[in-house]
Amino acid sequence: MKITRDEVRHVAKLARLDLSGAEVDRMTGQLNVILNYVAKLDELDTDGVAVTTHTQQVVNAFRDDEVRPSLPREQALANGPEQNGESFVVPRVIG
Amino acid sequence: MEYFSLTVQQALRMLEAGEVSSVALTESVLARIEAVEPTVQAYLALDREGALRQAEQADIARKNGQAGPLCGIPVAIKDVLCTTTMPTTCGSRMLEHFVAPYDATVVTRLARAGSVLLGKLAMDEFAMGSTSENCAFKVPHNPWKPGYVAGGSSGGSAAAVAADQCFASLGSDTGGSIRQPASLCGTVGMKPTYGRVSRYGLVAFASSLDQVGPLTKDVRDCALMMNAICGHDPLDSTSIDQPVPDYCHALQDGLKGITIGIPREYFGQGLDPEVEQAVRRGIAMLEEAGAHLVEVTLPHTDYCVAVYYLIAPAEASSNLARFDGVRYGFRDRSADSLIEMYNKTRSHGFGDEVKRRILIGTYALSSGYYDAFYKKASQVRSLIKEDFAKAFAACDLMVSPVTPTPAWKIGDKADDPLALYLSDILTLSANLAGIPGMSVPCGFSRDGLPIGMQLQAAHFNEAVLLRAAHNLEQRAGVVGKKPALA
Repeated sequence: MKITRDEVRHVAKLARLDLSGAEVDRMTGQLNVILNYVAKLDELDTDGVAVTTHTQQVVNAFRDDEVRPSLPREQALANGPEQNGESFVVPRVIG
Repeated sequence: MEYFSLTVQQALRMLEAGEVSSVALTESVLARIEAVEPTVQAYLALDREGALRQAEQADIARKNGQAGPLCGIPVAIKDVLCTTTMPTTCGSRMLEHFVAPYDATVVTRLARAGSVLLGKLAMDEFAMGSTSENCAFKVPHNPWKPGYVAGGSSGGSAAAVAADQCFASLGSDTGGSIRQPASLCGTVGMKPTYGRVSRYGLVAFASSLDQVGPLTKDVRDCALMMNAICGHDPLDSTSIDQPVPDYCHALQDGLKGITIGIPREYFGQGLDPEVEQAVRRGIAMLEEAGAHLVEVTLPHTDYCVAVYYLIAPAEASSNLARFDGVRYGFRDRSADSLIEMYNKTRSHGFGDEVKRRILIGTYALSSGYYDAFYKKASQVRSLIKEDFAKAFAACDLMVSPVTPTPAWKIGDKADDPLALYLSDILTLSANLAGIPGMSVPCGFSRDGLPIGMQLQAAHFNEAVLLRAAHNLEQRAGVVGKKPALA
């Protein structure tokens, strides 16, 4: 067993997901199958092997520091589930 | 012959000769969509008026001598690419009503080439899946056998091309999501080199793996679409500034002097005998065309699925953190506090597969597990990349199957995530290594389901893929075969 129900609950909390009891059960089962499978990577000795996070030799892509038109506020707010014309509105943060 | 069944190249010839207008092409394909969409279920959004308006403009542009290379050609795109004229849902409830404030660079490029945008195509939610069954709105069917999967995640993009519901389409490929549905639906599909096509406006799934590419009716159309979408984009910092060749030039040569590698590990256990037979027959045709065959080896193939299903979910868990119900998309309005709002929004907005991958990715990146999972996978990714570099020292391209089996019944693998992940084994490694890969039809199963051949080459060597694919297409006898849809 790679991952317990409590660990699944903890990971769900980190990921901001609410899981029902049935979902925790199902996900725990499925995640164990997947994590048991990926454990096959342990067969390989990777001591001293560099990580690949990117397949191209990329250098930082800079541009000149000049003012350019940006997204108008009205457009930036247009998809907001709740907004007041100036800002996105969210439920109370501090009690 | 109806206009909708033409290839892009054939339609362009007729447009240039004044034998047809873009409006007539567009009306024909809209009628086709109306006729077969109830069966195929490929479109999440269709912009009839917009398309006809663009077609009228294309006809005027052509009359004025201002025709771009795709002027007047009706195309459609996967619903993961941002458009200002239609919603971009990513197949998710989370983005059901989202209208992007800007167009993806590939959308702008297609428009600049003069094409007509018909609509947005069905896909697995946030491109996570191999069958498009994870789409929150509709599940596309395989036009060759309705009731069977079209593949995924760009299932709508493949089904629409195969069913003549557009002349060509765009998909995105993170682990095979262009090549696999192309193979299952009998279309051509290309995943370009990472960095060849701009990702600006492509909603991110796994940023180090995602790439946009075309799905088309034949290889020449693929070259035409590649010409339109490839090239450096300052708006994508991972886009590579390298000259783009005219890909149509690649289609003139035979295969004399070309060495084709056959990776031993890609013909292993679990490969359907009919698929193997069709691909081997295709390889013999490439040899007839002048290619020299060698066996090559990719020793870490067996680890690709494990590496991919750690790295892709890890990147996804980070990318999908942005869907929090604040700036765009769905919000659960029953919550009293901010944290509760986040939790409820994400739990109700995302489907099962997306949640599963977010959980795997969060776990693989979490304190205490990072080294054992994410770092380990990123190291093995280096070994996989080295395998390809060594193999391409001995050959110009490699050929193999795309998928271990032809299409299967909708619902058949829906309850076993790992079984479905394992079916991606032959396509994932191209994304991990960043190399270009292609699927080209090479035959049919006894049940009449298409079988594709995968071609892979070294970085930025798309031209040799198109050249080999064109030679295969000339000999395979599958060009112009159409599914028998009403």
